[in-house]
Amino acid sequence: MSVQIWTYILVGITFALYIGIAIWSRAGSTKEFYVAGGGVSPLANGMATAADWMSAASFISMAGIIAFDGYDGAVYLMGWTGGYVLLALLLAPYLRKFGKFTVPDFIGDRYYSKTARSVAVFCALLVSFTYVAGQMRGVGIVFSRFLEVDINTGVLIGMIIVLFYAVLGGMKGITYTQVAQYCVLIFAFMVPAIFISIQMTGNPIPQLGFGDTVADGSGTYLLDKLDGLSTELGFSEYTDGSKSMLDVFTITLALMVGTAGLPHVIVRFFTVKRVKDARKSAGYALLLIAILYTTAPAVAVFAKTNLIESVQNKKYEELPLWFKNWEDTELLGWVDKNEDGKIQYTKGHAVVGNKNKPIFDGQQRGEYGERIITNINTSTKNELFVDRDIMVLANPEIANLPNWVIALVAAGGLAAALSTAAGLLLVISSSVSHDLIKKMIKPNISEKGELVAARISAVAAVCVAGYFGINPPGFVAAVVALAFGLAAASFFPAIVLGIFYKRMNKEGAISGMIVGILCMLLYMIKYKLGWFDDVLPSSDEWWFGISPEGFGAVAMFINFIVSLVVCQFTSKPPKEVQDIVENIRIPSNAGQSTNH
Amino acid sequence: MISEQEKKAKAYWKENVKYLSILLIIWFAVSYGAGILFKDLLNEIRLGGFKLGFWFAQQGSIYVFVILIFIYVRLMNKLDKKYGYDKD
Repeated sequence: MSVQIWTYILVGITFALYIGIAIWSRAGSTKEFYVAGGGVSPLANGMATAADWMSAASFISMAGIIAFDGYDGAVYLMGWTGGYVLLALLLAPYLRKFGKFTVPDFIGDRYYSKTARSVAVFCALLVSFTYVAGQMRGVGIVFSRFLEVDINTGVLIGMIIVLFYAVLGGMKGITYTQVAQYCVLIFAFMVPAIFISIQMTGNPIPQLGFGDTVADGSGTYLLDKLDGLSTELGFSEYTDGSKSMLDVFTITLALMVGTAGLPHVIVRFFTVKRVKDARKSAGYALLLIAILYTTAPAVAVFAKTNLIESVQNKKYEELPLWFKNWEDTELLGWVDKNEDGKIQYTKGHAVVGNKNKPIFDGQQRGEYGERIITNINTSTKNELFVDRDIMVLANPEIANLPNWVIALVAAGGLAAALSTAAGLLLVISSSVSHDLIKKMIKPNISEKGELVAARISAVAAVCVAGYFGINPPGFVAAVVALAFGLAAASFFPAIVLGIFYKRMNKEGAISGMIVGILCMLLYMIKYKLGWFDDVLPSSDEWWFGISPEGFGAVAMFINFIVSLVVCQFTSKPPKEVQDIVENIRIPSNAGQSTNH
Repeated sequence: MISEQEKKAKAYWKENVKYLSILLIIWFAVSYGAGILFKDLLNEIRLGGFKLGFWFAQQGSIYVFVILIFIYVRLMNKLDKKYGYDKD
């Protein structure tokens, strides 16, 4: 059977499964809608958290980014896993004991102020919206590439599916579909990785395989071979990065702390029964995430070696079919700069302008049958353009794996994108219906009314996200990576101080959050979006060489310092609030998450 | 006057913070220490095909993170029992 038919079958089966689960687990109360009734088992919650966490970016893009960044890719690997240690140790158990529905609930109550709650709602919406727009785009891309529909139709199909189970099931529906989605995505990621690991090194465990010797009997270690190939082509050694140590340090820290501060991750720990379950489910979540995150660097090494070996100095006419297939999707491109008919891959961008992506001249073909690119960069010798996303998507084809494995990758990518989008939409809808309407605008709204409001805001959120998915503003992609910085700069210090420092008062927390998020926004606007200058300032102008992605760590420290200093000069929090802090530190009598 | 209950809560919290500090020091040492700050030094040592610093950055630290959380779960379950906080 062809890849196409396999894809329809696998995607069809998985979608039917998700919808079936959504109908079976629809929510009847606000508590079910916001926190799945508070009775999810730690393992199920761990799986749901893992699926929620691993987005289209983790599934499709991460291994590709690592393949091109080598050692530097570690910032994502450590950054997006290490945050769970902070979550499990510093936040999850206490927030579960506190027992409300949302992060702004905690900030609002702990800092006894509507202003604090409003700032938190604003930050939660800002972080979640930037993040979700990228997810809908991811859904569209997977649909368009594998089902051959246009990206916009892909986004629409994705919207309808998410709408169906998020609106009907709320947190309860989302949690149980995410359990299924975790199984689909991890299977889809591991199967090709294991196949390729056996092919290249004879070792069936990818985590060990990429540190093993190449299967050609030469006794060379795969990583040494890749280091050699990389330096031969003019790149730095694969196992040695090119970012400065300070930048690697701050980006890793910003991602870790940002992970621990993301509202859609934190809210998952409100869904379990007891405090000890919250700790345990953070452990399960990380274990399940680690399966993918320790495989990704192996996939990166396999894919990069495979790519270099199959194209470098090869004649275009003799290239395997996959090269031409992916050239048709415009994710690969070749310009024959030295006119020898062979592909030379080396340092530097092959094309110039258009964000370093090729502009193809319609369907025009060159001398060897290659697609003609108009924006050639003559200042480098590199002739090959490779989109990073290809590394995971085309990997099974490059390695000649069976068609069903290739189709499986599509189903996995969709599971990853849909589960994350649904989790984020829930945070957005509960921020609106619970934090804004119930707690601020109309406190006497009935349970039923609130549930209706939650569903309407979920529908509205899906529509807005879908709109951004179809018409992505140029800055969305840039901002998604920075959602972590924003979360690190705003929530993390306020929550940690709220638990570990009884003296922390509203003045300190509010000024910390505002100063933190403003610093992050300004740095981001100046050095990532370039709105203050005519041209985007170069990386030489970054403060201490810290990239905007890493600045979240600095903004977090600023938040901590401002909070602590302001707190010393203002009055102590009232006795009731100090009692709340005493209470959340003791794990017993957690009861269920309540509204009151 | 501090009641018996408050004393107990204080002692529990103190032990909890002690565990946290030790575990977070390990967390920092494997990721920021072995994986970033001392990576070049550790890269002199090889673990099969892996240079050790590179291995910590892309594999080892993640394994340690998982283990740390499960150790924490065990320690806290024991601590909860010791102080009688293990009832729902």
